[in-house]
Amino acid sequence: MGSWRWACAGLAAILVFNLITNPGFFAIEIKQGFLYGSLVDILNRAAPTMLVAVGMMLVIATGGIDLSVGSIIAITGAIAAVQIQKSAVSWAVIESVALACVLGLWNGALVAFGGIQPIVATLILLVAGRGIAQLVTNGQIVTFTDAGLSSLGSGHFLGLPTSIGLVIGAVILIFLLVRQTALGFMIECGGASPRASRYTGINVRSVQVAVYAISGLCAGLAGLLVVAETRAADANNSGLYIELDAILAVVIGGTFLTGGRFSIIGTVFGSLMIQALSTTVLTRGVSAEWTLVLKAALVLSISVLQSGGLRGENRRRELG
Amino acid sequence: MKPIWATIATLLALIGFCGIRYPHFLTAAVFVDLVRDNAILGIAAVGMTFAIQSGGIDLSVGAVVGFTSIVIAKLTSNLHLTGIAAGAIALVLGALFGCLQGWFIARFRLPPFLVTLAGMFLARGAAFVISMESISIEDRPLVWMASQTYFLPFLLLLLFGTAIYFSLCVPAGRYVFAVGGSRESSRLMGVPVARVEVMVYAISGFCSALAGVATTIYTSAGNSTAGTLLELDAIAATVIGGTLLTGGVGSLLGTFFGVMILGVIQTAITFEGTLNSWWSKIVTGILLLVFILIQKGMPEARRSGSVN
Repeated sequence: MGSWRWACAGLAAILVFNLITNPGFFAIEIKQGFLYGSLVDILNRAAPTMLVAVGMMLVIATGGIDLSVGSIIAITGAIAAVQIQKSAVSWAVIESVALACVLGLWNGALVAFGGIQPIVATLILLVAGRGIAQLVTNGQIVTFTDAGLSSLGSGHFLGLPTSIGLVIGAVILIFLLVRQTALGFMIECGGASPRASRYTGINVRSVQVAVYAISGLCAGLAGLLVVAETRAADANNSGLYIELDAILAVVIGGTFLTGGRFSIIGTVFGSLMIQALSTTVLTRGVSAEWTLVLKAALVLSISVLQSGGLRGENRRRELG
Repeated sequence: MKPIWATIATLLALIGFCGIRYPHFLTAAVFVDLVRDNAILGIAAVGMTFAIQSGGIDLSVGAVVGFTSIVIAKLTSNLHLTGIAAGAIALVLGALFGCLQGWFIARFRLPPFLVTLAGMFLARGAAFVISMESISIEDRPLVWMASQTYFLPFLLLLLFGTAIYFSLCVPAGRYVFAVGGSRESSRLMGVPVARVEVMVYAISGFCSALAGVATTIYTSAGNSTAGTLLELDAIAATVIGGTLLTGGVGSLLGTFFGVMILGVIQTAITFEGTLNSWWSKIVTGILLLVFILIQKGMPEARRSGSVN
């Protein structure tokens, strides 16, 4: 079975399970011109993870990993919530997203020019990032009332929550950027063999810096969505463990952690599948604690299947 | 220069700085507290050091601490087991859990961080399923241990002593370095690579469970959220202690000093009074960066470094 189809099949399996046991799951109501229902809820709640996962996917395709996305979300949220108190919405948004991009560039520079392993390089920001976010919010949970910013999280666009529209737009933009230009190809080459790519004239370092910057940018946008939905910046908890969900979504979506190829559609389905699983657990009345156990089972079974270990073959490429 | 000297120099400089700045810093009581308050981190860092030396990483540490803590509380309060038996059961569970992770890593050649990530979800989820509530400990042996100031420092030093002996003087301990240095060469030289990997994660699982026991004693309560993000501090302490994240190089003694550095920073922030706890995260991040850059300058790191 093709790599990204696992995610598709998993999502379908969860939906069919709901169709049989609880047809009400598919009900979609229109209240005051807006759509409501479990399916819309899945899309809406999956939005931040999906954004982060698509950025993470590009990083993973280069053979790297970005552990700092949760901290970038916390920092962006903190900056946005603090800036909105004293300046216009647009300025707060631009400032926080630009900062997220700079943090991504920092990660990229450490990896590309510092020659530091990605897991280590991004660990620095993962550890220090929440401290920085708390520094910005002065250790408080900063709340705000600005309608413009909160409409990003709770507003509607064409009957659907705004966040869905924003994420769809961002994913399409990234798709165009990497699949309609040579960038995606260069990312995959760089992940498959950095040395060979360099000899063929690909500037591997610039590509690496670019993917970490994109990942930072995606995390920044996700941070805005999170802060806009809750109307509060919580430096300790916003985006906590989102890197794990994002990595999970990418792996389920058929992108190998060893790098060299990626599937945007797989990652999109992967994030939807994770959220569908969580929502199903909630609507079935099973205690939410089981979600973590289910996710663990999911990661292990998908990665064992991908490794080809059950058939005794070893498809995992060794990087020299 | 070996990075452990940089670690020792940093620790001495920090202690010296604090000793000059805060008149009551250089007292025995402060140092006993320093070791006692960081015993949990130190115990977890021992397992993490083995995992990182073998070229892997263990992200499940904090979750296993939470799981062990709630299991002990549940066993003593609901099943009325004595604290000693509950602790022993928890340690066995931790080691078995580590074994299972090691088996997945060795058998299917999965990346350690992915498997232990799943392990983290599993252990934390299982802890939440057992109980979301914090359960206070009334078991007599555990309460006695909590009342003894020197019990946790003793446990920490005993573990470090045993681990250092194992790491330096027992063949299995040396194999960890061999596998971390080059998995393929070790295999060709006849090192039982898969068994070493399973052993490493079993040790890490055992240490995490022991850290969970220490947490239960230290807080006199079982809590399923205990140990959240503990793995990050353990990784930071290990790296600051001079263990290469690429594997094959490092020392437990360095890790001990790394733990003490993190502890001194925390203590200094408490002494300062006006500084907030988030500064410790920022300082830890900066130290991590500095030590990673020092490691980059080492010949061992250059040899096994990235292709860039």
